[in-house]
Amino acid sequence: MSAGHIRGRAHVYGDHIDTDAIIPGKYTKTLDLTSLAEHVLEDLDPRFRDALQPGDILVAGVNFGCGSSREQAPLALKAAGVAAVVARSFARIFFRNAINIGLPALEAEGADISPGDELVLDLAGGTVENLKSGRVVTATRLPPVMLDILQAGGLVEYLKRYGDYRLM
Amino acid sequence: MSQTLSEKIISAHAGRRVSAGDLVVARVDCAMASDTTAPLAIRAFGAMGGSRVWEPGRCVLVIDHAAPAPNERIANLHAMMREFAAREGCVLFESGEGICHQLMVERGLVRPGDLVIGADSHTCTYGAVGAMGVGVGSTDLAAVLLTGKTWLRVPQTIKIEVAGRLRPGVCAKDLVLRVLKETGIAGATYRSMEFYGAAVARLSLSERMTVANMAIEAGAKTGFVHPAGLELPYSATPALPDPDAGYEQTIRLDGDAIGPMLSLPHSPDRVVPVDDRVGDKVDLAFIGTCVNGRLEDLQAAARIVEGRHVHPGVRLLIGPASRQVFLEAVNDGTVAILAAAGATFIPPGCGPCVGTHNGVPGDGETVVSAGNRNFKGRMGNPRARIYLASPATVAASALAGHIANPLQTGCFEEQP
Repeated sequence: MSAGHIRGRAHVYGDHIDTDAIIPGKYTKTLDLTSLAEHVLEDLDPRFRDALQPGDILVAGVNFGCGSSREQAPLALKAAGVAAVVARSFARIFFRNAINIGLPALEAEGADISPGDELVLDLAGGTVENLKSGRVVTATRLPPVMLDILQAGGLVEYLKRYGDYRLM
Repeated sequence: MSQTLSEKIISAHAGRRVSAGDLVVARVDCAMASDTTAPLAIRAFGAMGGSRVWEPGRCVLVIDHAAPAPNERIANLHAMMREFAAREGCVLFESGEGICHQLMVERGLVRPGDLVIGADSHTCTYGAVGAMGVGVGSTDLAAVLLTGKTWLRVPQTIKIEVAGRLRPGVCAKDLVLRVLKETGIAGATYRSMEFYGAAVARLSLSERMTVANMAIEAGAKTGFVHPAGLELPYSATPALPDPDAGYEQTIRLDGDAIGPMLSLPHSPDRVVPVDDRVGDKVDLAFIGTCVNGRLEDLQAAARIVEGRHVHPGVRLLIGPASRQVFLEAVNDGTVAILAAAGATFIPPGCGPCVGTHNGVPGDGETVVSAGNRNFKGRMGNPRARIYLASPATVAASALAGHIANPLQTGCFEEQP
């Protein structure tokens, strides 16, 4: 796999998965990312944690990550080993948070993904390929500033590099 | 081109005239974080190479989400916030002073026309005073602490016009739940919401905060209540959208036709009239939070429970939104009425709304809450069910032991 590509197995969930489902509020008051990972998605699917292999891809429907601004939600996914999230749409704070911590989040429709399908994500090209079905769909293009942040590895790295925001 | 309020406010902070869809870097008036989000933001600030915050007097940290600390882990996170605030000279609100959004408005830290970035999703509450409050996560907030700026996409705006007037006993919460029934939980994603109309112009500042607070439950980036009729405790130039601004969509409702509403588990937009569920058993009743923990909310509850006692099968919890709210409620007798009726007061703060402490429901229990979210597990137990309602409906239900319509309590007379 070349740089900028992610290959992984899909875990598929539904619409409107809120941040309380991703990481319940009772676990969020911590700086220990491992403890966040232990509880990721536990109220939605208690088996997710054990089924997840590092590098797997989370696939969801519309409005993924709605609710709280807690950055612990994408941090829990990342710490658990999720390599990227593909959803039909995202709630805006989750989307910003994911990119800011360097967790790729792709908005793509019609990829027709079933649990266990192997996917290849091309981050620069913005495509989602389902190796099982051979189907390739184009993801919504990230605004240039978000692409820069993601390419830097997150907002911390971006600001370390540039010192300030740059808009094309 | 005429501008919506978010276009106007972002233009003023970006140094150029912008319209919906533009990407901008904007100057920020104030940055705010709570004990859920500040520790990660402080860590990210350090990792960015930050040593001094951009302007200490405009950086606000609030210990409210799990306050006073329920365990040593959280106590140490609070200590980290105190240490950072002392070192940097930031504004710090201690445990027990109140909920971040209440304090920001109550202490005049947010003013009409401001752009405030808050590491809490309910930062949209500031639209009640005509400020643009945008919720972000910890790393975005750290970037504001470092640079005093953020990047934004200028949002499209949905206009909500509510005509007429709310009937006595029908609350601002019922109005906003009724709107949520129209938009759904994602209907305003990436959008701004502007609330207009005669029914809205009659609302107090406290009620406007209730309305603006729940814009995020429709996915909105921010939400404003049009300043017509707004009374602020200080003099300020109101922030007004242009009269012929361009709106993506308009939702029109009749205020007189709105009755008490209820959100069913497990999503705030599963809204039905209270009458549809009268009789559903209730175990825990909660009045508080940034959406409904203000003096008027406590007074509405007191009016219903005065001289009576909550049902023996119900625990009624009250969490004042701030110490000032609590003091005012002590001084005007509201606290005595509620306590005599069997209510338990918890410290000013977010209380059980975030599932950490102060009244976590048990397995199989049903909660009627005046809060803003009822996602599964929200209050700390995924095996509990949460209904959202107005403080009046929560109080009426606490007396009855089941979901009850406050208009049937005899406490509210229809006005001619």
